[in-house]
Parts: sequence; C-alpha cells; structure tokens
Amino acid sequence: MPSELVWLIFLLPLFSFVIISLFFRPFLNNRPKLGGYITIAALLGSLGLSIWALFEVMAAPGHSIPIPDINWVVIEGGLTIHLGLILDSLTAVMLLVVIIVSLMVQIYSQGYMKGDPGYHRYYAFMSLFTASMLGLVLADNLLFVYVFWEMVGLCSYLLIGFWFHRPEAANAAKKAFIVTRLGDFGFLAAILLLYFNTGTFDIGQLNTLAAGGALAGTVLTWAAIGIFAGAAGKSAQFPLHVWLPDAMEGPTPVSALIHAATMVAAGVFLVARTFPLFAHSMEAMTTVAVIGGFTAIFAATMGLVMTDIKRVLAYSTISQLGYMMLGLGTGGVAIGIFHLFNHAFFKALLFLGAGSVNHATGTFDMRRMGGLRRFMPWTYATFLIASISIAGIWPLAGFWSKDEILVSALQAQPILFYLAMITVFMTAFYMFRVVFMTFGGDYRGGEEGHGKPHESPAVMVMPMVVLAILAVVSGFWNVTGQFGALFGHGHTQGFAEGFFGILTHALPWISLILAGLGILLAYAIYSARWLSAERIGAMFKPLYTLFLRKYWLDELYEQVIVRLVLLKGLFAAFQAVDSYGVDGAVNGLAKGVMASGKAIRRAHSGQLQLYGLFIGIGIIVILACFYLFG
Amino acid sequence: MLNFELLAPELTLAATAIVVILLDFVFKRKWWLAAVSIIGLAVSAGFTVSMWGGGSVALFNNMLAVDSFALFFKLLFLVIAALVILASAGYVAKFRRFQGEYYALVLLSALGMMLMAATSELISIYLALELTSISLYVLVGFLKDSKSTEAALKYLLLGAVASAVLLFGMALVFGFTGQTQLGEIAGAIQGMSLAGVLSSPGLIAGMVLMVAGFGFKVAAVPFHMWVPDVYEGAPTPITAYLSVASKAAGFAVLLRVFYSAFGLPTWLSLDWGMLFAILAAVGMTLGNVVALPQTNIKRMLGYSSIAQAGYLMVGLATVGFASAGDVAGRSGLLFFLASYALTNLGAFIAIIAISSKLDSDLISDYAGMAKRAPLLALALTLCLISLIGMPPAAGFMAKFYIFSGAVQNGLLWLVIIAVINSVISAYYYLRVVKVMWMDKPASRAKVPSPAALRVALAVSCLGVLVLGIVPGFVMKLAEMAAQMFAF
Repeated sequence: MPSELVWLIFLLPLFSFVIISLFFRPFLNNRPKLGGYITIAALLGSLGLSIWALFEVMAAPGHSIPIPDINWVVIEGGLTIHLGLILDSLTAVMLLVVIIVSLMVQIYSQGYMKGDPGYHRYYAFMSLFTASMLGLVLADNLLFVYVFWEMVGLCSYLLIGFWFHRPEAANAAKKAFIVTRLGDFGFLAAILLLYFNTGTFDIGQLNTLAAGGALAGTVLTWAAIGIFAGAAGKSAQFPLHVWLPDAMEGPTPVSALIHAATMVAAGVFLVARTFPLFAHSMEAMTTVAVIGGFTAIFAATMGLVMTDIKRVLAYSTISQLGYMMLGLGTGGVAIGIFHLFNHAFFKALLFLGAGSVNHATGTFDMRRMGGLRRFMPWTYATFLIASISIAGIWPLAGFWSKDEILVSALQAQPILFYLAMITVFMTAFYMFRVVFMTFGGDYRGGEEGHGKPHESPAVMVMPMVVLAILAVVSGFWNVTGQFGALFGHGHTQGFAEGFFGILTHALPWISLILAGLGILLAYAIYSARWLSAERIGAMFKPLYTLFLRKYWLDELYEQVIVRLVLLKGLFAAFQAVDSYGVDGAVNGLAKGVMASGKAIRRAHSGQLQLYGLFIGIGIIVILACFYLFG
Repeated sequence: MLNFELLAPELTLAATAIVVILLDFVFKRKWWLAAVSIIGLAVSAGFTVSMWGGGSVALFNNMLAVDSFALFFKLLFLVIAALVILASAGYVAKFRRFQGEYYALVLLSALGMMLMAATSELISIYLALELTSISLYVLVGFLKDSKSTEAALKYLLLGAVASAVLLFGMALVFGFTGQTQLGEIAGAIQGMSLAGVLSSPGLIAGMVLMVAGFGFKVAAVPFHMWVPDVYEGAPTPITAYLSVASKAAGFAVLLRVFYSAFGLPTWLSLDWGMLFAILAAVGMTLGNVVALPQTNIKRMLGYSSIAQAGYLMVGLATVGFASAGDVAGRSGLLFFLASYALTNLGAFIAIIAISSKLDSDLISDYAGMAKRAPLLALALTLCLISLIGMPPAAGFMAKFYIFSGAVQNGLLWLVIIAVINSVISAYYYLRVVKVMWMDKPASRAKVPSPAALRVALAVSCLGVLVLGIVPGFVMKLAEMAAQMFAF
C-alpha cells in the first residue's frame, strides 16, 4: 500500500466528525444511532490502516517510514509551511493505543449514552477528539503538534462539560482548561525558543540537532523544561494535577478515553517524541524523573482514601502517569511508552467497569455499592483482571512494564526507586480496596430509587472483554525484548528475560511481595474485616484528613493564588492601568482619528473643479519632490 | 504572420457583445442576455486557459503580448465580469430599456481590460484604456437619476483629465527615448549614461505623469477624489465592477510598464519604488481614516478600496526595491489582486441583495440583518473579515504574502504603517459586522435574493475561503504569471 494512506488514519475520524455535525445533527437528529455507527466505522478503517502501518514500521529499516509532505503555504524565498507526518515506531504504537481504546469506548458508549439528548453531539466531539489525538501523534512539526495539542484540550473541555447544565461539570471543564493552559504556556515558549535558536519547527531536525550537540546548553535545558511544563499540564503531573480528578464530571466513557488512556498520556508522548532534547540535558532528565516519581507516590496517597470510584481511578491515573515520566526520566523512550501502552488498556477497562457499575447502581459512591459480583459477573471478572494487571502481578501486562521502570529507577535514582516501591504497595492496596468495596460483601442499595442492579447490555460488556484480554496479554510484547528493540533500545536488566526467566531475579519478587501485601491488607480491612477501617482512620487522623482534603492544594490555588494574588492584586492593578491609562489614551486617539476623518471628508465636497485641482497639485508635489530630493 | 487563434479570447468577447446587442431585439425575456453573456465569457475563459503554459508570443510588431502574465489577468477579468453579470441579473431586470446595452458594455469594458493587461506598447495601452473607460462612463450613468448622472459626469470629466495627463506623460517618455514599445524604451534608457538621464528631466516628468494617469484608474491618493462620489452614484453592480476590475487592470498596466520599461537601471527602479511606497503610505492611511466616519456602506467601501489600493502599492514598491529576478513582489501583487477581487465582489454582491430590498445604503439600516438574511449576513461578514485580513479568509494570506515580500526587501517601515492601518480598518469593517449581528432588526421581514445572485455570492465566498485556506494553487499560478514577463 502507498504510504500516503497514512493520512487517512487521521482523516477518517475527521470525516466522521464533519458528517455528524454537518448532516446528522441538523437533519437526522431523530436517528441518533447513525452518529455512533459512522464513528465506529471510521475507527475500524483507521484501525486496519494503523495495524498495517505498524507492520510496515516493524519491517522498515530504522523503524521509520517517510511520508510525502503536503505543501500548505509556499512563499517563494519566504515562509514555507509543510504539513508532514512522522511514521516511526513511537507513532505506530501510539496510533494503535489511541484507535483501539477509542474504538472500544465508542462501542461501549452506544449503551452508556443511550437515550441521551446530546447523542450526536457526543459522537461528534468524540470523533473530533480522536482525529485531533491521531493528528497530534502523527504531526512532524512542533507547530502542528501544538495545534492538535490545543485541539485535544478543547475537546476535553467540551466533553468534561458535556452535561453543562450541571454546575460541577461546567466548573470542572473550566478548571481543566485553565490549569492545562498554564503548562501550555511553557510549551509554547519552548517552541518559540527552539525556533529562534534553530529556525525550524521540524521535530526530526530538532532531535538531530540535539543529538549532534548543535543544540545544547542552557537553551536546550530551558526548551526541554518548557516542553515538560506542557507535558505536566496535560499529563496531570504535580503541581498541575488538580484538574484531572475534577474532570471525572464528564461522562465515564470520556474519562476512559481522554482522561485515562489517551489525552493525559499525550504529555508522556510529547516527552518521548522530543526525547533527544531531554536526553542531552542532565537537568531536564532529572526534572522529569523527580516530578514523575514524586507524582506517582503523591497521587497514590490520595487514592487511598477516596470513596468515589472514579476519583480513586483518577488518582491512580495520575500516579501511573508519574510512573511513565519516571520511566522516561531514568530509562528511555521504550520504558515509558511500554507502560503507557499497557496502562491504556487496563485503565480504560477500569473506567468502563466503573461506568458499568454506575449504570447498574446509579452512583459512583463505593459506600453505596458492595456485593455487585453476584449481579454483574462480567463486569466483576474484567474489573478484577484489570486490577491484578495494574497491581503488577505476574504475568499480567502491568507487571512487565512496571518492572522495567523499577529497574531503571534503581539504576539511575535510588531514592526514587524506594518511593516507587512504596507506590507499588499503595497501588495494590487502593485497587483492591475498590474491588472489595464495590464487588465484595453485600449490596448496600445504590442510588435512592434506582432499583435492582443488573449486568450491563452486551454492547457494553463486549468492549470490556476485549480490553480485559489486552490487559492480560499486552505485556507479552516485551517478554523477549521485541518492544524495546522496536525503539532501538539497549538492553537493561529487565529486558528480554523471557517469560519465566524474569522470576530468577530478586527485584520482581520484592515488588510482587509488596503488591501481595497490599492486596492482603485490603482484604483484611474491606473483605474479611479483621481490621476496622474507621479505627485505622482514627489512628492516623491527621494523615487521613490530609489525603482526603487533597493536601489542601485546591484551596491553596483558589483562595490564595486566584483570589488574593490575581483578583485582588494583579487584576486590580491592570484594571486601574487599563481604565485610566490605556482607555484614556485609546479614547483620545479614537476621537482624534474620527475628527481628522471628518476634516478630510470635508475636503471631499463634491466640487468637480476642486477634484481636478487636487490631481494637478498632486502631480506638482510629486514632481517637486523628485527634483528636490531625487 | 498573424496568429489569430492567440486573440481568440478577445475576439470571442467582442463577438459576444455584438450578439448580445442584436439578441436584445429578439428576446422578450432579458435574462437570456445574461445567459448568453455568461456563455461568451466562459468560452473566452476556455480559450484563455487552453493557452496557459504555451510560452510568450508577441503580436502586431510587439504591440500585444500573450504571456502568462496577460493570461492570468484575462482570466481574472473574465471571472469578475461573469460574477458581476450574475449579480446584475436581478438588478438590471428593473430597467425598462437598454438591458442589452448594459451587458454589452460590461463585456466591452472587460475586453478593454484584457487588452490593457496584454499590451506592451504605449499607444495601444492608451487605446485599451479608453475602450475600458468609455464603456465604464456609460455604465456609471446607467441609472439616469440625478446621482447616477452626476457620478457619470464627474467620472467622465476627471477621467478625461487623467487621460490627458497620461498622454502627456507618454509623449514625454516617447520624446525622450524615441520608442513606444516597452522593451525598446527599456533598451533606450539603459543605453544612456546616468548623467544623460539626470540632465534631462523629461523622463522623470513623463514617468510621474504616467503614474498620475494610471493612479486615477487604481484610485491612488491624490488621484482618488472621484471614488466616493462615483461609487455612491453608480449602479451597485457597476460599483463592484469598478472597484475590482478597473483597479486590477490599472495595476496590471502599472506593473507591466514600470517593470518592463523602467525596471533597470537600479537607481531608476529604486526611485519609482520609493514613489509608490510613499503613495502607498498616504493612500492607505487616508483611505482608512476617512472610511471611519462614513455612514453609507457604498461610500465606506469606496474609501476602503482607496486603502486597499494603498496595500497593493506596497507590492509595487516591493517590485521597485527588489532585484529584477525576485518574483516575490510581483506574484504577491497578483495574488492580492485575485483575493481582493473575490472579496470585494462578494461584499458588494451581498450589499446589492440587501440594499435593493431595503432601498437604503445606510449602515444603520443593516441592523439585525443576521436574523433577516442569515446567509447574506454571513457572506458579508466573511468578506469584511477578509478585507481586514484575518484568517481563515483570503485577505489574510494576501496581506501576509505581500507584506512579507516588502519586509524582505527592506520596506519594514512601510509594513509597520500598513499593519497599523489594518488595525484601524478593523474598526469600521467590524462595525458593520456588529450592526448586523448584535443590533435589533427594524423589521422581521426576510430579505430575499435572486438565485443568480446567490450563485455569484457563493462562488465569491468559496473563492475567499479557498484562497485563504489552501492558497497554494493560486500562488503557484501567480508565481508563474509573474515570471513570464516577455516584453
């Protein structure tokens, strides 16, 4: 197949968006199912193409295929803007992740969103999001990456606020948009810094320049840190993580696609895409590793105490994204991206499970659930698989990628390694806390008046089963190091040990034991009730409150930074300058311009002789100028 | 040996004009005349397109050139004439007499413009210019009411003055060089010594007088005084026609004459480059500032077109400053003309539809037009945005193109003035947008528009969007056209 077809991967969902918003919503609003069908059809097309692309990339020398550019604007001797795509191993893997998860989520949404009045709007946004995300992954120059970066942010905003009549949803959407924008500012600054120093937006060229040492020193460090600031905003890394838990106000399939598997991983992807820039700056690498490692444990602590199932998953996502950053900062592209790859499937599955549970009980509050394993066996089984996978139990997917990260952390930053080990324990604990509280014990009634819980329809269960299979097997890709080889990655201790071979090392056993202990503790408290949760909560009251109130960061941001510093300080000052200084000047200028306009208009009195005279005077003045100055 | 097939577009047009006048006696339904005119234009356009890329040929002892430059403009004029005729169909139907003459005159003036773009010799330039102008004088007065008549008379008298000035300039250039063919003039000038040129001021005087003569056509300050009165008085389709086609033809001639005849030596081209730069600065500032207090939308667009002529002169100045081989300035000018033509036509076509229903050209009467005629309001908004030069409309790309060429050739100061002017212009363009979308409508009555007009409007708006979003193809054409300057 010709490589131009790669364009279609990105264009198909875009077409679906255009068709839904231009034709289906205005004219076929009474046939809502069409929107879902066309989205799914477009994604199936993209899926086929991206699988083909992956095989091509695997076979190609250097694991990269050139795609012909499209010249968008060419000005002779001036600016030239190409629309270009990259197709390398990173892109191919990301395409697969985005499309598979998106496809599963779209199928699932047919059940979850059934009967919603905004069904077409939902699928239009989802298509647009998928297209933008694919564009982000494929774009070969930072300018277009930035455009798509903002597009996915916009779609995220629109989808978090999908039920905009609920004030929480509208506020959460706004918060997500504003907080991520802070990071984007750094990203934009980095793009400009790079452009002014190298004269190019092309990622391939920038990476080559960085690898060759032509781009180095302070410029490189600041550019990398600016890019990381953007990545930290998108991937909800400390201290810009506060938007992600609130973003759970959106429909649950949206959380699964955007706020678990794909968009939030875009930050990790961006760092991986520009990795040579980071690799040649010690400071940048350390920043990435430290922020990632810290976020991993920091978010996990808050996940321990939440009672809203989606919030637990949200903190878990932040924590896992921290792992990926840690992997990038200490190991390399393959390690971070491998975890991204595995995480996408099991975390999307967990969210879809949470959505299914919500479908059955009408609530997200785990204190009102319990005993659901009897009512919804499929949801239970798949959720359990995902939980085992994320806890990192051999031989499920999570185990393989988490261990790579642990190994590389141990080699590069021992302190972060110990933090990560504690996080392993916490992860297993909070995940199984969710499992036992939701599915174990007896049913505690759900939402008032929601009726008896029931298994979700097949259209929702089927995608979960598919994702569950992936949550088991996706890690096998690297059992013998093939995934790492795709990225041209050198061998670390964990790579290529074989299916059982890896168990001959000490480190996997330690992490397995820690995870087991976490599961055991969760069992002891929430299932067997050997220990009382309340008693433990009372014992560690200060810590418990600290976690539950999310370290008071929301309050800090809102009360102190927004209210005091911005509203009372800066904005008030700006307003004073604006209303007295700028407005005065602008009004004065406007009056002056208007007055001169009127004065000149008076010269246009309609007198023919006068007009003729002006022509004559004009000629004489020009001639005089020529002879005097020319 | 004469190749008459190279004149096929012009011959077709002349024949169509005659046929239209004859058919006027035959047809009772006058819209047939519009249809025949459109067919004639289409055939002529077909001939023009088929000649594209055929290299440069000179006809009639180097009086007429058939090169890509001429073909580019011919195509532009044909498209403009077709759109104007489409937009006129409803408007003209109200005339009781002379409908055939109306179409025929539009076709004949288009013929004159096509010749203007193709001539490479002073006397034939003058003839082509007169053919264009005389048709337009009649068309401006076509309404026969007091305003229209006054406008036509003013246009005629001032046009005659401008023609006289132009002829005087041509005579001086001829007297100085002994040649009328542009290439030969260039040769004569290059054959002289610098001291020789400086000691006889006639050449410079001739050049300046020619600038004045053509400046009248393109509405360059200070030869622009006729513009507001004529634009206001003329039938609106003719105003549209004047504001784009006549201006484009003027620029085509200016570019060819100054580039071919006075392009070398460098000091000479720097001289006229500077002249155009100053005219540009004065023109855009004056046009924009005076447009601010206007209350009549046709007058406002009149001043706006004076300002746009200023932006176009930035391109001419760039040509003067750039080295002879640098194509950026010339192609920028061509691209700007194409995008400006579509944009301004679109705006005027929307105004024709709205104003003929309202029977008023006052901006305040456009209040709430978004509710009464949403598509017309949307189209007009798009065109106004394009005139400001905002993406995604064509105007943005055009300004970007022409300004970046100017900056590269050291005209940063001029571009700064131009950008400030663009900001000023946003005020009066957006005021119309605000009135249409924000203000309360005076009545709920819908504003209907004839189908032909809607087609013309759709074509222009589509063109504005295409040139704004995927400008590559037309830029390529403009670059090719700018390179093929044969004579």
